Formats: sequence, structure tokens, C-alpha cells
Amino acid sequence: MSAKLDVRHLRDYDLNGGMPIWLGTLAFMIIEGSGFAMAIAAYLYLQSQNPDWPLGPKLPDPMLGGVLALFLLVTEIPNQWIKRRIRAFNLKNVRIGLLLMSAIGLAALAFRAFEFGFLNIRWDTNAFGSIVWALIFLHTTHVIVDVVETWIMTAMMFIGPVDARRFGDLIENAEYWDFVVFTWLPVYFFIYWAPRWLAH
Amino acid sequence: MSAAQQPVYDTDMPASALPEALCRTWNPHTGLWNWLTSVDHKSIALRYMVTAFAFLILGGILALAMRLQLAQPELRLLSPDIYNQFFTMHGTTMMFLFAVPVMEAVAIYLVPLMVGARIIAFPRLNAFSYWVYLFGGCMIWVAFFVNAGPDAGWFSYVPLAGPEYGAGKRSDLWAQLITFTEISALAVAVEIVVTVFRMRAPGMGLNRIPVFVWAMLVTSFSIIFAMPSVVVGSSMLISDRLLATHFFNPAEGGDALLWQHLFWFFGHPEVYIIFIPAVGMASMIVETAARRPLFGYPLVVLSLISIGFLSFGLWVHHMFAAGLPRMGNSFFSASSMAIAIPTGAQIFCWIATWWDGRLRITTSVLFVIGFMILFVLGGLSGIMIASVPFDLQATDTYFIVGHIHYVLLGGAVAPLLGAVYHWFPKFTGRTLSERLGAWNYWLYLLGANLTFAPMLILGLRGMTRRIFTYPPGFGWADLNLIATIGSFVLGLSFLIFLINVARALTLPRVCAANPWDAPTLEWATASPPPPYNFAFTPLAESRWPLWSNRSGALPYATGLRTDRKEIIITTAVEAQAVLRDIAPAPTIWPLLAAIVTTGMLVGSIYTPSALVYGAIPVGLALVGWLYPRKAEAELPSQEEKSA
Repeated sequence: MSAKLDVRHLRDYDLNGGMPIWLGTLAFMIIEGSGFAMAIAAYLYLQSQNPDWPLGPKLPDPMLGGVLALFLLVTEIPNQWIKRRIRAFNLKNVRIGLLLMSAIGLAALAFRAFEFGFLNIRWDTNAFGSIVWALIFLHTTHVIVDVVETWIMTAMMFIGPVDARRFGDLIENAEYWDFVVFTWLPVYFFIYWAPRWLAH
Repeated sequence: MSAAQQPVYDTDMPASALPEALCRTWNPHTGLWNWLTSVDHKSIALRYMVTAFAFLILGGILALAMRLQLAQPELRLLSPDIYNQFFTMHGTTMMFLFAVPVMEAVAIYLVPLMVGARIIAFPRLNAFSYWVYLFGGCMIWVAFFVNAGPDAGWFSYVPLAGPEYGAGKRSDLWAQLITFTEISALAVAVEIVVTVFRMRAPGMGLNRIPVFVWAMLVTSFSIIFAMPSVVVGSSMLISDRLLATHFFNPAEGGDALLWQHLFWFFGHPEVYIIFIPAVGMASMIVETAARRPLFGYPLVVLSLISIGFLSFGLWVHHMFAAGLPRMGNSFFSASSMAIAIPTGAQIFCWIATWWDGRLRITTSVLFVIGFMILFVLGGLSGIMIASVPFDLQATDTYFIVGHIHYVLLGGAVAPLLGAVYHWFPKFTGRTLSERLGAWNYWLYLLGANLTFAPMLILGLRGMTRRIFTYPPGFGWADLNLIATIGSFVLGLSFLIFLINVARALTLPRVCAANPWDAPTLEWATASPPPPYNFAFTPLAESRWPLWSNRSGALPYATGLRTDRKEIIITTAVEAQAVLRDIAPAPTIWPLLAAIVTTGMLVGSIYTPSALVYGAIPVGLALVGWLYPRKAEAELPSQEEKSA
């Protein structure tokens, strides 16, 4: 054997997608995105099998879900800001940003809790109710997971241990919030607007 | 803070002291605690293999019992209800608890070694995936032993498996078993993808990746895109049963065929999730045995990728008899036939490799030949049923049962057994007997044909599948008797395999690092490999590193620390070394997380609120697992930041 490469000088952290955890998180987003896609496919299939779709009795009220969609889009401003502060290793700003995102997460969960009342249908009423609840349940689990993760990350940044590798975890956490925000848009459309615009 | 401690590098000590220093860091525990906390991919992979073969034996015993029941008309060895549970458990066990996990097990062991890595990506997740798989398998078998085994077939069609006809907890347990296996398979798929894209030996560009690793990459992507469909489907099934939703209930706007679409959108790629790894194993056995590079490497790789894509365009051929529009059926018929082309291309590449090589006939090679024979028969019967008019006659008959068993025993189990003979020296440091191996092979080939050829004819004679008995006078008795005799020959073949393994395990570990003179990196380290796989990470300067460096001068990288578990991260395409990463230490948390996940999933069968209450311990276990214990890398200095 002969030595031909010395890797001693290489860094042991990276904030730009070089680490395995970044690719792993992306892979899980693809899996979960495929889950959303399959649920939407099931929605469209059920619609195609029912001439009287949506099956009633009342359509979901799009108001609160729409407010949530706008709210989530606005949270992208602090979320993109915190990514830049993470990449600059600015611990003070990162802490402030994480506190803000923790509060935003709590607010999003509160919105979601009220939103269930605006669906105007139960999951056991008919197949329309079942698929609408499936879609919102799927998205809600993602919101909960990311919000709890953000709280834990916030605690970690105050209590420690703080090191360069943990900043990579923060980037992934922020990117996962992007995923939560942008998956809500198609899900919102299929829960509230597809019954109005795409029905027979 | 360890980052502040003086780091120790591999070049700081004489090469002779390196193995001991690495062992201290990579394998700090011993005994039971080591076993419970291990995150070593090799240890986890061996457990996966032993567990999967245990499930194979259990599923095989069910098969023999069913064959005895069908040996003659109107036998009463098994009651109709028990028979339903037997065939459901046989299919479920073989597909979900044996075939997919065992292929992943081989990959968990070999992929990191083949790409020259010290670990699999996310080793704690890997340990978690094993425990979840083990607990899920135990759950369904315990249910079966207390007469609560699922009884609606391995694809669990509604309405039979739905709330109206599937009383009791049987189908709930089945649906939740699917959840266990989904978690496990998806976790491993992500690990493999990341290992292949980020942890290859420096220099191992895409055109130097071993074929088995390519095969596992394609398989992992298939799992990533196919499994979410059955995740959605099985969740809908269990919520129809437990929460009174109506996804599959036509009376409230649901649709029973939705289940079939969701299941087969996963289920057909599933067949290739089992088949593609087997093809990868066979390609590497062929290459080593022929003592020349595989003929048509780019063609073989492109074939694997195209099979991966085409496998997603086949699912409706399971539903030709469901009354779908004819135009759609024609497309699926065409794609079902098209997939024979890349499959055939690979078999021709193997023949060409042998033709031009100096073939050494080993048991592994025999099993690859058996693969070709059985799989061609399975494939030809597959092309027959890809034709809609024929399928309408053959659907739900023993023709289908014969076809699927030819495909699986030919296309998956034969190359898997060949792979065990080939890589057993690497796994254990011991060699299996070639003499017993020959017996194993010939009885396997004889048994498989004796069992499944009669089934094809029985299907053409109208014998439907899943009947627990049949009246005399239909002309089915003799063929069924032959099939039963064949199944015991097959059972004998597996018994010889087990004896061969048990016998080898009593021998001393004397195997050389590369007993077959194979070309790839897994043979560049000891048999079995040390906990850290490679003392120095090898560089891949060719597709066949061990053949192009016969002088023994395999180049390698230095500069990794020995006082913590360090690995090299490389780029996805060129495999240039760009980062160092730190692998996690052994930990009990994956096991604890798997225990509380099992509690949550099993509890949810009895009360949906278990999902809510169960999520709390699962969340706590994940925090315990992932929360960092100490700082590992110092924050960059002001100069580094500005740089």
C-alpha cells in the first residue's frame, strides 16, 4: 500500500449540502413528498369515481387555511434570514432567530388547531371527508415534527453544546421548514379549492 | 471538550499500532452491552440475515404444510380458516420479512465495504431499522400463534380485509406489520443512497462503482418512490377499520380498487426491489468466476436503471381482470413486455463474460446458472400473462402461483444463495463446503421445477389459488402430488444449506482476505473485516482495484484521526475527498426508540389514542438519541469565517 492522499486539512463540518445528513434529510423530504403526492393522487382517483364530488354536505371554508398559507409564506422571510445568520456563525442572531421561529411554530400550530373546525366535515362522514382529513393530518404531522425540532434546537443553542457541526443541523431544520411551508400550498389547494374548481 | 483535546492522527503512530488504536475507538464495548448498542453495519447486517433466514424457515414450514394439505383431494390436515392464515402468513413472511430485508441485509454488509467506506451512513438509524423489523416480525408471528394471524392474502384486498368482512384484529395486525417493514426498508434505502453518493472511496467515480452497488442504488430509489404508496394505502386501510373512514367503502364514495392501485403501485416495484439486488450479486459473481471484467458494464448499469424506471409502469398488470379501460391495459401490457429487454440484455452480458473468460465453476456460479434457468422460465410465463386475453384466463389460478415462485426462487433466492456462498468467507472468515453446495444446488433446481412446473399446468387446467382442498375427478391430484414431493425436495435443499452453514461455523477462521481473487474493495480487507473496515481508506484508481494493483500497492488516504471515529466524505460524481465526518459512537437509544415505537404502533391497533400518547415517549427517545453530548468541531475563527 502507498499513501497518495492526505485529508488532514479537510474540514469536519459543512453548511452547504456537503454532509451526509443534508442528503439524508433531502431523501426523507422526497419520501414524504411522495406521500403527499400519493394522497393527492388518491384524492383525484376518488373524485374520478364519484360523479357528485365533492360529496357534501358542506364545502370546507378556505378562509383560515388561506390565512395560514399567507402566514407561512411570510415566515419564509425570517427563515431565509436565519439561514444566512447560521452560515455566518452569528450565534447571537441565530439565537434570536430561533426564538422567533419557535414562536412562529407555536402560532402555526394554533392556526391549525382552529382550522380543523373550518373543514365542515368529519373524517367518517364520507370518502371526501376521509381524504380531506388525511391530507390535513399528513401536513399537520410535518408541522408538529418541525416545530418540536425547532424548540429542541433552540434549547441546544442556549444550553449547549454549541459547535460548528450543530450549525449544519440548524440549516437542515430551516430547510425542513421550507418543506413544511411549500407542501402546504398544494395541500391547501386540494382541501379547499379543488372541490370548488376541479369538481365535475 | 474533545475538540480542544490534542487530536491523534493515523500518521502519528507506526502502522503496526494503528489497528489497536482504531479498535479502541471503534469498538469500545464488549459482551451483551456491545451487542445491544452496536452500530457497526456488519454486525447489524449479520443479525438482519440470520433473522431473515429464520423467517424463511418459518415461511417454508407453512409452505410444506400447505403442500401436504393439497397433496391429495379432500384432505383435512388444515381447516379452511387455518389454511387462509397459512397462505397469508406464508406470502407476507416471504415478501416482507424475508425477501426485502435479506437483500437489504446483504447490502448493509457489502455496500460500505465495496465503496471503501468505514461505516454505512446513519449507523444508528440502521440499528433502529433492524430492531423495528425484528419487533414487527415477532408481532405478526405471535399474533399468528394465538390464532389472530392475518387471513386475507398477502396483498390484503378490500373489502375482504376491510371492516365489513375482516372481523377481529387480523387485518389490523397485517396493516401495522406493513408499517414496521416500511419504516425499516425506507431507513435502509436512505442509508444506502447517502453511502453511495457521499462515502465512496476517493477516486471511485460513477464509472467505477461495483455493479452490486449500482443495483442497490437503483433498488433504494425504487423503495423511496414506491413505499410511500403502500404507506398511504395501509394507513387508509387501518383507518377504515379503526376510525370508520370510507376510503375503500363504495357506499360512502370510497372505492375498493383504490386499494389495488395503491398496493400494486408499490407491489410491482417491490418485485424488482427483490430482483435488482439479486442481479447485482449475480453480475459480481459472474465477473469474479470468469476472471475477466464484466462484459458490457455500461449496458448492465443502464439495464438496471431502466428496469428501475419500467418497474413503475407495470402495476396495472396485476389488475387486468379488474375491468379497467382497455386502452390503459394496452399500455401496461406493452411495458410489461418491454421490461424483458433490459433483463435479457444483462443475461447476454453474463454469457459473453463467461464466453471470453476462464470460467471457474463454483457453487455460486451454479446458483447463477440456476437463476438463469428458473428466471427465464418465470419470465416467459410472465410474458404470457402480460397479454391481457391470456391473463383473464389465468388470473387467480395456480398459473400465477407457479409464475411468481419461478420468478422469485429463480430471480431472487437462487442468486441470493449464490451470494451467500460467494461472500460467506468475507462474513465469517470461513468457507462453505463446495461438495454440500453442489447437493444444495442440484436439489434446489430439481425441487423448484418439480414444485412449480406442475403448478403452471394446474393453473391451465383451472385450479384456482387459495383453495384449501379440491374434489377428486378434476385431473389435479397427480400434479399436486408431484408438486408436494417437489416442495420437500426443495426443503431438503435448504436443510443441506443450513447444515453447510452450521458445519462451516465450527471451523477455524482461516480464510484469506481475497480467497476468490475478486477485483473489488470488500476483498481488500481482512475476512471478516475489523470494526473500522479499513485501517486506511483505499483510493479507487480503477473499476477493479485489486486486479489493477496485483503488486499489492493499493494506494490509500491518510490524515484521519484515531481518537474519534472519522470517515472521508466525497463528492457524488467524481468522488473527490471534500470533508471529514465523525461517525456516532455505540448507543442504546436506537433500541429504546424501537421499543417505544413498537409500543405505539401495537397500541394503536387497540386504541387510536395510542398514536397520541405513544408519540411522547417516541419523541423523548429521539431527543435522547439525537441530542449532542459534547462539542465535536470548534466554531470557525474570524479569519476562517471571512475566508
